[in-house]
Amino acid sequence: MDNQTVLVQIQAAFPATITEIDERHGDLKLRISRESLLAVMQWLRDHAELQYTFLESVTGVDYLGRDPRFEVVYHLFSFRHFHRLCLKVGAPEADPVVPSLTGLFPTANWQEREAYDLLGIEFSDHPALQRILMPDDWIGHPLRKDVPLGYEEVAFTFNQDRIYAHKPFAKE
Amino acid sequence: MGLEEKAGDLGFVTTTLETVVNWGRTNAMWPLTFGLACCAIEMMGAQSSNYDLSRFGMEINRPSPRQADLLIVSGRLSRKMAPVVRRLYDQMSDPKWVIAMGDCASCGGVYNNYAIVQGVDEIVPVDVYVAGCPPRPEALIDGIMRLHAKVMQEKIGGKAHTHEEQIVVEHKDTGLIQVT
Repeated sequence: MDNQTVLVQIQAAFPATITEIDERHGDLKLRISRESLLAVMQWLRDHAELQYTFLESVTGVDYLGRDPRFEVVYHLFSFRHFHRLCLKVGAPEADPVVPSLTGLFPTANWQEREAYDLLGIEFSDHPALQRILMPDDWIGHPLRKDVPLGYEEVAFTFNQDRIYAHKPFAKE
Repeated sequence: MGLEEKAGDLGFVTTTLETVVNWGRTNAMWPLTFGLACCAIEMMGAQSSNYDLSRFGMEINRPSPRQADLLIVSGRLSRKMAPVVRRLYDQMSDPKWVIAMGDCASCGGVYNNYAIVQGVDEIVPVDVYVAGCPPRPEALIDGIMRLHAKVMQEKIGGKAHTHEEQIVVEHKDTGLIQVT
């Protein structure tokens, strides 16, 4: 099965949802609208011929300075045809909410939690949208591009007295 | 047997209680079986036959913190792991000592980011810092020897050294600075 067959079938079923088509190195990437995500995913999973039954990965991306700022990337795989399909959904900074796929693919649960934990993308109707990697009391989302990269000023001989003065050393 | 033949008839030996207690502590200082990252591989190397840490009475790693005297923090400590390490340290019975092995455990190393504790001295009080990324087994054994020398100076009723009394050693061949 080639990319063109898949594309023609999706376009026939959902004429207005695909906003961008990109084919590079033999991989088909489609940008679709947020509202149609669940319908497209369910259609791809349950289609008698295509059978994209495996959600390989859910990834969040932060494109700071672009609109929409956030993007969620899904990779679907069809064991029947050994074919891979990439779907992208954008989410603006003011309303970073994307529908959750946990109802369709249980594997989406932890991967969506990871995207929420590190980037702050929220997934509506997720059964337990909590932090998964960072401690529960952590404030902020550390992989956002506007979070500083370095965590602490590096101590050298010339400035270590100033840094160690306010560093929280442990007591016995 | 051996001692008497070499030294003649000693009759009796006098020493101080502190020396005997500290001698016993240094020569049966059991580390906790605890590895975090690649430094743990070097720690295992130090304990296996090539470097043979059992020469110093340290061949037994205790899996239970209640039976261990020494916590070797070998590797970078993530912020989510930090409460676990503190809990292990609290479960160890006194007297207890801590070695921060490697750059990551000493100061965060190359991981100057949100996920890693910038030096385990924020979590547990450290007695000896061993520099290196990772330190070779010789460096770890050197750190342990320095800890033994420190324990030999301890007084009954409290540790002799505090954080204010630091020993700074610069390694001539590598140029690394070691602070104990």
